[in-house]
This record gives sequence, C-alpha cells and structure tokens, in this order.
Amino acid sequence: MAIYIVKRFFMMIATILIIATLTFFLMHSIPGSPFDEERTSNPTIQANLEKFYKLDQPTHVQYAHYLKSIATFDFGPSIKKPNESVNKLLARGFPISFELGMVTILVAVISGITLGTFAALRHNGIIDYAAMAFAVVGISVPNFVLATVLIQQVAVNWNLLPPATWSSPLHMILPTLALATGPTAIIARLTRSSMLEVLTQDYMKMARAKGLSPMRIVLRHALRNALMPIVTIMGTMLAGILTGTFVIEKIFAIPGMGKYFVESINNRDYPVIMGSTVFYSAFLVFMLFLVDIVYGFLDPRIKLHRKEGDA
Amino acid sequence: MEDRKFAPIDENQGGTAIASEPKRLRKRTKTFTDVMLSVQDLHVSFKTFGGEVQALRGVSFNLYKGETLAIVGESGCGKSVTANTIMGLIPKPAGRIKNGKVLFKGKDLTKLDKSEMRKVQGVDISMIFQDPMTALNPTLKIGEQLTEGLRTHQKVSKAEAREKAIKLLEVVGIPNPEERMKQYPHQFSGGMRQRIVIAIALICEPELLIADEPTTALDVTIQAQILELFEEIQERTGVSIILITHDLGVVAKIADRIAVMYAGKVIEIGDKREVFYTPQHPYTNGLLASVPRLDLKEEELQPIEGTPPDLFSPPNGCPFTARCPFAMEVCERVYPATTGLSETHAVDCWLQDERAKQVIGHN
Repeated sequence: MAIYIVKRFFMMIATILIIATLTFFLMHSIPGSPFDEERTSNPTIQANLEKFYKLDQPTHVQYAHYLKSIATFDFGPSIKKPNESVNKLLARGFPISFELGMVTILVAVISGITLGTFAALRHNGIIDYAAMAFAVVGISVPNFVLATVLIQQVAVNWNLLPPATWSSPLHMILPTLALATGPTAIIARLTRSSMLEVLTQDYMKMARAKGLSPMRIVLRHALRNALMPIVTIMGTMLAGILTGTFVIEKIFAIPGMGKYFVESINNRDYPVIMGSTVFYSAFLVFMLFLVDIVYGFLDPRIKLHRKEGDA
Repeated sequence: MEDRKFAPIDENQGGTAIASEPKRLRKRTKTFTDVMLSVQDLHVSFKTFGGEVQALRGVSFNLYKGETLAIVGESGCGKSVTANTIMGLIPKPAGRIKNGKVLFKGKDLTKLDKSEMRKVQGVDISMIFQDPMTALNPTLKIGEQLTEGLRTHQKVSKAEAREKAIKLLEVVGIPNPEERMKQYPHQFSGGMRQRIVIAIALICEPELLIADEPTTALDVTIQAQILELFEEIQERTGVSIILITHDLGVVAKIADRIAVMYAGKVIEIGDKREVFYTPQHPYTNGLLASVPRLDLKEEELQPIEGTPPDLFSPPNGCPFTARCPFAMEVCERVYPATTGLSETHAVDCWLQDERAKQVIGHN
C-alpha cells in the first residue's frame, strides 16, 4: 500500500507538471497581453509594468520562473488586481466553489444511487419508468437552462427560495439542484443497470437462500458490487462538476473561483490563470487518486500493489 | 381395436433389453420411514415473452428423513425449478406455482409469505448451488458470508458465530480455518469454494439440504472429494439430501433413491438399485444406456435421439412419445397413470399396462 501511494505521488506530480507546462505555452500562444485594454498608459509605464511582472523576458526564463512559483506555491500578485495575490484569490474563492461542488456530488451520489437501486428492484414497474424518465430529462437538459428555469419559477414566480448569492443553506438549494440534476441522472442510470446485472448473479440467489432480510441482501450483497462502475465514473464526473460550477456560479452570482477563472482568461492575467489551473488540476488529480483507493476497498480482487507470492 | 391401440408403432426397434450388471453399486440397506418432505402434484409456470412455459407439470415425490434422493434428467426437465420451488426461490411474478403443495414436516411451504419463508430458508432447508465460482459474493470476506445466516436466524454473539464457523470449516476440510475466515472468495480454489458453500449451507444445521448440481463445475478428482464430504455430513448430522444432477456416476455413488424427471414430470422413481438395474421407463433406459462405459469397447456414445418437447405447449400424452422406441398410439393421446411396481418403485408408462406388449422385460 505504502509503495503504491509513493508511486502514485510521483505520478501525480508528473501529471501536474505536464498540465502546468501545457497551460503555460497555450496561454502564451494566445495573442494579446494583460495591458491591452489600458490604452492610456504610455510606453514607459507599460515597459516598467512588463518588467515588474517579468513579461519582458524570454519565454523560457518566464517558464523557469513559473515553475519556481509552482514549487514554492506562491504565484505572486494578480496583474489586474495588484493588491491581491493569487493565493489570496484562491483562498477566498475556492472554499465556496469547493462547498458547492462537494454538496452537489453528495446530493448526486446519494439520490442517484437511491433512485437507481429502487428502479432496479422494481424493474419494469412504475418507479423504474418514473426514475428513468427523470434520468433522460436530467441528462438532456443543460444545467444553465435548468438554473434559469429554477430561478424564474422557484425564486421569482413562487418566491420560495432566494434567487442568487451564497450566504445561507437556503441559498445553496437552487444552485445545487441545477448542478446536481445531470450527475444524479447519470448515476441513477448507471446504478440501475449495474444493479440489474448484480441481482441476477448466483451469489444474490445464495443470499436469498440464506433467508437474509431484503435490506441486508440489497445493501450488503448487491449494492457493494453494483457500485464499482459508479466509482469508476466518479473521477471524471468530479472534473465535470468542478468546472460546471463556473457556469452556475456566474448565473447565481456566487463569489467562487469561477468568476476569477473566467475573468483571468479574458484579461490574460497570467499569474491567476496559472495559479488556478495548477491548483485545480492538483485537486482533481488528488481526487482521482482517492477514487482509486476507494476502488481497492470496494472490491478486494483489485490489488493496488503486488504482494509477494501473488501471480 | 384395443389390440391395435396398444401395439408398438415400430416393432423392429422393440425388444432391446437393458439390464446392466450389478457391479459397482454399493449396497445400502438403510430403510427410511419418516416422510420429511412431500411434494404433491406441483405445477409451476413461467411467463415469458414467448408465452407461458410449463416448467413443472405435476411433480410428486416424498423425501424421507436421512436419505439422499437424486433427481436426474436432462437440461430443461425441471430439476432446478423443483429445487427452487421447494426453496421458495421462484422469481415472482414471472414464475407462479399454479397448483400443488410442498409439505415440509406437514407445513405447506407454498402457502407461506416471504417473511415466513425466510425463517425456513437456510434454517430448515439449505441450498448448495452449482457453480462455486459465482455462488460466493466476491466483495465479502468468507467469514461474514458464513456467519451472516446464523446471526440472522439465531441469537448468537459474533464470537459464538465465528467459533461455529471455524469449526464447520474444519469439518468441510478447509485447512487453517481461522486465517481463512478473513479471506475473500477469490483467494480460494474451486473445490475449496464449494466446501465453503457447503459449510454456509450447514451453518444453521438444516434438516434438508438441496444440492443443485454441486459437482458439475468441478473437476473429477474434486468431485469425488465433495461427494465423500456429502456422505460424511449425512452420517454425522442425519440431514436429508436432495441431489439434483445429470451425472449418473454421482447418483450411483451417493443416492439412496432416484427420481427421473422428464418434461416437467417425475416419470420414474425408485430405490437406486431398482432404477439402475430394472429401469421400467424407456427414458430411464435410454439415460442409462447413454452413459459411456469403460468396460465395453464401444467408441460411440449412445444418445437418446431427438429432443424433449416444447414446454410452451406440452403434449397431452406421454412427453417421451416422440423419442420412445416403444411408442404406441395411446402414448400420444393420454398420459399414463402411475404404476407401482414395488413399495418403492413407481413408473409412468403405458408399457406397464397389461394390454401392452412386453418389450422391456427382466421380470
């Protein structure tokens, strides 16, 4: 296990380095500079600014400097907001995005698995059809459409919930709903199909032949086996939800990372782009690592490392 | 008119008598008197897209305390459905018990609701499945799979259950049982897994063990070991066993009585020796003749020609008519009544009628 974690750790670092490098060169290949908008600034000021942010130096020097900033985890000040450092922006925005993302994942996993399980247990029954109808709608409707509909109906027309911002648990309901519906639908469909397969397995018949309670049969014997495909897609789904938050944050005026991220790209605010990209990719890579660990716990046949004597 | 009706359709094929020599069968002179399980006129059907499959069409037999009854027959004859019906594992609503009773110690199991049935499953009646590679849950430690039934049905502590499980693993021949409790199914070989499946079935000390082709998925050397284990367990606990198989070698080894099934009916039932040495139904006959024999230098197997009837619309008469070398006109029209040949031996065949020609004769 320890060997596996160390191995994975180095692979994670390599992955992040590749992402960082790609981002750097992609960003620098886009025409324009952070100072394009400020037409009034005279050439001397511009030159001084560029010198301050080391933008006057050749690309490879900038790249080296950038790598150093990753290693020390200090991305320096933002170009557009000189009195804010990138680290500060991350510290302020990320917890909110993280909260939204995690609540969404939690809601999607719990409701998706529940829905899918009931659908499978009542295969070809009303619950099954209802759940699958919901799933088709959930997968087909984009979250930004759902978000606007929710704001219009629930917040404006019915006046039930606050339409925007992020200040109380009540404020969290609509954005979470908008963001979680798609993933819920995907998880529900996946759970259903994998559950249906598991339910026909011999060991399920054996569990019934033991006279166990239906609760135990489903939770202990079926679900654990049925969860494997869901864990598999969790990694990519996480990435989808985390970037999905950007759009939802914009619609609901949530002060998360999304705003800074999009703004920074429009403004060519290099330090912010680089900092947030590296931070996000590090976070994702770590989450994927967690998913792999969970895998090993769910299915003992998956070995994370090779034991001596194993074939 | 009468004569014509009972005359064999093709006389040339008749008269091939089939008494094999009583050689390798072990003598068993146990007598069984207490009826433990009585299956009476059981009809089970399954709804499918193609229509209704009449899987069981009136199955009746008794099982005595302490005996091993083998149910034999080819694929699709209803052996497993019989086992699943007794066990209460017929998938509903697709499968339906249309008629008949399963009396277990006087209690009709078909009338029990799900929660009442759960108190029988694994407690009074246990089942052993065909394929040990798939019968164990791959994600649970075998210790848990062993003890969960016990912990569900009896008020025992975790430690007590564990202790009992370890003892049982020893009984079924698993070395280092304490260590093995913590392992997962994939860490065991096929034979070992089947031993574990047997241990799981025995944990609540059931009175009836239904083994659905318990050795089919195992290789021959392991088969013999598992069969010996069955005998040992029966001697130790006095459990009754219903052994479902299509392997007549297995039957010869451990069965006391044999029920031969064909197209959803028990067509012949009797003491092992009676069925093996003096089979009265042409199907039983064919089944025994199709066993490859080492002592005869025949290269070719002797299969029974043809296939069993379609159970979507089973024939009115004897279902074996189309494949039977002795078929008569009456066979096609009316199902024969059960003829008792001895206290234990009974057969459903028109050839037993006094008006029929003597074609299978070793009386």
